[in-house]
Amino acid sequence: MNNVARSVGSAADKRMKKLFAPAAVVVAAMFAYGLVLIADAPTESTMGLVQKIFYFHVPSWFAMFAAAFTCGIASLFVLIRGRKSADRVALAAAELAVVFGLIGLITGPLWGRKAWGVYWQWDAKLTSALVMWLIFVAYLLLRRYGGAGSEKLSAVVAIFGMANVPFVYWSVNLWRTVHPLTSVVPTLPPVMRGTFWWCVVMFIGLYVLLLAARVRLEKRRAELDALFLAIED
Amino acid sequence: MFLRTVWLVVRKDLLIEIRSREIVYTTLFFAVSCVLVFAFGFVREGRPVEDAAAGILWISIAFAGTLALGRAFERERQSETLRALMLAPVERPALYVGKLLGVLLLLAVVEAIVVPLVALMFQAPIFRHPVLMGALLATGTIGFAAVGTLFAAMLVRARSRDVLLPILLYPITIPVIIGGVRGTAALLQADVDVPMATAWLSMLAFFDVVFITLALWTFEPAMTE
Repeated sequence: MNNVARSVGSAADKRMKKLFAPAAVVVAAMFAYGLVLIADAPTESTMGLVQKIFYFHVPSWFAMFAAAFTCGIASLFVLIRGRKSADRVALAAAELAVVFGLIGLITGPLWGRKAWGVYWQWDAKLTSALVMWLIFVAYLLLRRYGGAGSEKLSAVVAIFGMANVPFVYWSVNLWRTVHPLTSVVPTLPPVMRGTFWWCVVMFIGLYVLLLAARVRLEKRRAELDALFLAIED
Repeated sequence: MFLRTVWLVVRKDLLIEIRSREIVYTTLFFAVSCVLVFAFGFVREGRPVEDAAAGILWISIAFAGTLALGRAFERERQSETLRALMLAPVERPALYVGKLLGVLLLLAVVEAIVVPLVALMFQAPIFRHPVLMGALLATGTIGFAAVGTLFAAMLVRARSRDVLLPILLYPITIPVIIGGVRGTAALLQADVDVPMATAWLSMLAFFDVVFITLALWTFEPAMTE
């Protein structure tokens, strides 16, 4: 009982609590100024105003991949070391991967409709992003409906998902190849590039913030369960 | 010792299957019904649409494979025999390999019927390049079953395992499906594209190596309670 109570107010926890509010303010300010930057950025010559979706679309995929990577690494720790804390990080990261992926999947077709005339193209990048997103949705479904002991299982799914990335990318690439190349970013005019990287940092910041909040919530939940069991004993 | 354990597990599965023939009959019937159902979607005016045969073949294999995997492990669950296997003082990866070989043998029997059937019904020249075609089928099935066996084994203890197996398995095995379908289609089309088929074949072989290694490595930690 004492043990449980002590872990509630650990040093790291307190430090996080202190840092969270200022970090939230910084990210909120970045988002506010980000909108100004996007509005000020030059309008693209061929696509016009729609091109501005780019500033939200690409950074949200960056955040999605950051989340996917976090989930994979944390899952390795779950499987090898059996760490409970890593499991909470993996779960939080997987949820965020699905959220940011969903932002990407909604903004993409909106842009695509204007730029290509269709909402969806079976092109390499789109298809592999959809497959990766589906793997994380499957991961969450397993966590939700797998019952007790699904943590290790989902860790294996996340690791297999990571190992699958090159295969998905290579196979889909050979199958189809309309989406702009990854080399689009360095060729952007300087003003657009600045706005773009600002948006990337702002999305990654939002991701880190949400991850921290979500991990903390999961930790609190585990502590509450432990306390509940301690009282029952 | 490792090979002996593998053999014992395979023999056990085969003995049960030979006595009841449950999985092989049900899976085979299911695969044939799949082919039939798809035929309604992809045959226009008596002729199958282009590349339909390859797609129908691989989707039938994937669906039938999921069914076989589910049944093979449901059998292990009923009397907690999987737990008994895990308690045995043998190497855990050997159990995985044994179960994988059992599933592969089953799928080989199913494919031995379904592949000629697809060739027959969709006028597909499947036996034009028998070696390449066989290699594509073998590597594709191994890749699918390697991931499937691990997931099905892990799901034995989970709730709603029947639904979760295809949900987890299909997104992960998408490269296998693309590779199998495109590789087979390259061999079936009017002007055969052998370099394309070999490119897909090498991707499938690489997939098999990576995922069997990963499965052997994760089987033990994943199955320990």
